[in-house]
Amino acid sequence: MERKIRVLVAKPGLDGHDRGAKIVARALRNAGMEVIYTGLHQTADMIVETAVQEDVDVIGLSLLSGAHMTLFRDITKLLKDKDMRDVLVVGGGVIPEEDVPVLKKAGVAGVFGPGTRTEDIVDFIRKNVKP
Amino acid sequence: MYDKKELNRIKEKKIDWEKNRYSKLVRIHPERKDKFENLSGTEIKNIYTPEDIEHLEYNKDIGFPGEYPFLRGVHSTMHRGRLWTMRQFAGFGSAEETNERYKYLLEHGETGLSVAFDYPTLYGYDTDHLLARGEFGKCGVAISSLKDMEILFDGIPVDDVTTSMTINGPAAIVWAMYVANAENRGISKKIIGGTIQNDILKEYIAQKSFIFPPAPSMRLIVDTFEYGFKQVPRWNTISISGYHIREAGSTAVQELAFTLGDGIEYVKAAMKRGLDIDKFAPRLSFFFNAHNDFFEEIAKYRAARRIWAKELKKLGAKKSRSLLMRFHTQTAGCTLTAQQPEINIVRVTMQALSAVLGGTQSLHTNSMDEALALPSEKAVRIALRTQQIIAEESGVTDTIDPLGGSYYIEWLTDKMEEKTYEYFDRVEKLGGVISAIEKGFFQREIAESAYKYQREIDENRRTIVGVNDYKIDDKRSIPLLKMDEEGEQRQINRLEKLRKERNNSKTEKNLKRLRKAAEGDENMMPYILDCVHSYATLGETCDVLRGVFGEYVEPAIY
Repeated sequence: MERKIRVLVAKPGLDGHDRGAKIVARALRNAGMEVIYTGLHQTADMIVETAVQEDVDVIGLSLLSGAHMTLFRDITKLLKDKDMRDVLVVGGGVIPEEDVPVLKKAGVAGVFGPGTRTEDIVDFIRKNVKP
Repeated sequence: MYDKKELNRIKEKKIDWEKNRYSKLVRIHPERKDKFENLSGTEIKNIYTPEDIEHLEYNKDIGFPGEYPFLRGVHSTMHRGRLWTMRQFAGFGSAEETNERYKYLLEHGETGLSVAFDYPTLYGYDTDHLLARGEFGKCGVAISSLKDMEILFDGIPVDDVTTSMTINGPAAIVWAMYVANAENRGISKKIIGGTIQNDILKEYIAQKSFIFPPAPSMRLIVDTFEYGFKQVPRWNTISISGYHIREAGSTAVQELAFTLGDGIEYVKAAMKRGLDIDKFAPRLSFFFNAHNDFFEEIAKYRAARRIWAKELKKLGAKKSRSLLMRFHTQTAGCTLTAQQPEINIVRVTMQALSAVLGGTQSLHTNSMDEALALPSEKAVRIALRTQQIIAEESGVTDTIDPLGGSYYIEWLTDKMEEKTYEYFDRVEKLGGVISAIEKGFFQREIAESAYKYQREIDENRRTIVGVNDYKIDDKRSIPLLKMDEEGEQRQINRLEKLRKERNNSKTEKNLKRLRKAAEGDENMMPYILDCVHSYATLGETCDVLRGVFGEYVEPAIY
């Protein structure tokens, strides 16, 4: 049997807006993926540690407080330091267009803003996750 | 409200109309949908007539504004006497930048202030705390001590303008900073007016900026109630909020039911302390969301007033003032689209209109750019102008509760009340509000509704203009707010200087006294005020309480 794609949905920092993270978590689960949801208030270390423990293929970050430039990049840097380049990182939230190329360069492969269809996130993960 | 004969004639005519006119046409030209449903899942009929409200007795169930059950409004003149307070929620970056924004808003006709704090402040951390990383000033202003509060209100007449502060976990401390700042400026706390949100139950349910576990949180809140009516009598010591419950994805009915349920829980907690309901109830205020379904929102505000009046009476309130539900409204942030942001102005206009028609006491209108960033000056000015157009040009303020008596509105108001009581029963069976929170009941109900709503959009069963229909290939080009990049360092320097220059032995003594009070069962407010006056920081003061009370960790449910 083919191994299911394993996704860690994570809420970094102090931001409490969890509507999007929960919707995406459900949508990925309903699309047949294994989803682990961290809950709120995670530091970069906690998220990466969970990713290791749970042996995930994907980390999905959700942040609406505006701190994405700091916190998303903290996480991609930590992944690089730990040589976890195989893990696909995607992110979403209130993210201005001009921040997107900077985040992509830092290793956030997909950035999904408000109004994204959940199917688009599912498709992106299926296409980009490394087998 | 109708005599039997007249009602029978209407019923007969309706049967005739359904059969001979309506059904015939529907057979040839089917309606756009098989079933019409509002956002709460209530089926909406093709037409409403006196038949739908025949059970209502005008004087008992509808009544007059300013009188029980307050369905038509809390004041007898409503917006004919005084317009609502135009209060834009604002805060970003440093205290200096936000102070400038407040002055800008007041210059442009805003009539009340509303403070947005950044995440570290909401969680009771100073700007230089490890967990504050990346968050400084991002979605509100950073306030770490009385020093920052002094700068935030510099040059603003706090004896004249009222201020609402969206702060919950550390509400008692931030409120103390506001009071202390007024006192230091020679303004008596007896005359300052405003609101602290201070609603921890909806934090556990939806907004999630909690610090302490439920029991000590409730104790702190009751402390502020008691201190408030005794010492700061013009202050609303709580704003029981449905706004965030709705933003997290609930329906209008859930917003109504969960918020009122929370309200009743606070009243019971204060009564358990032995406080007189007619002393504290007049200072309870509410905060609701204004979402897209125009009539459902109006019915929600009206139902809220009637239910609250009934429930407070049941709980033993005698004074008319205790039964009044006064509320603030904010248009729904979650309905704003990042696509074609200018059309958000239209959404906000309709949402704001529903709040006004529903009899709001104050209003925040969202800015068109808020799905992208914090609002720019121009965007916030347009949002404020939207309120001014409704107030000055539309004529909707000329009579009280203009939709009262509409067959549909009265039916829907009743329906929402009925569904609210069903939720009250379910929560009661779970052992009350706090027990239902610990069981994840509200969180699951909300997540369920949020997911359903998203599915409807994803599957094109619900149209969001610009998102899943009427799309254009737009490059998001409206100018966004830019923040002062040096603000964070300035704030950290200010904190370091403060910790060096204040009378540290006095600060420490006051923090120790607070710890002792927290370990006992005294009202903590006077001790908190002493800490604040001696420039203890927000983080230091919260750390003392964290040490005594511990921290709340929520179950991660999706």
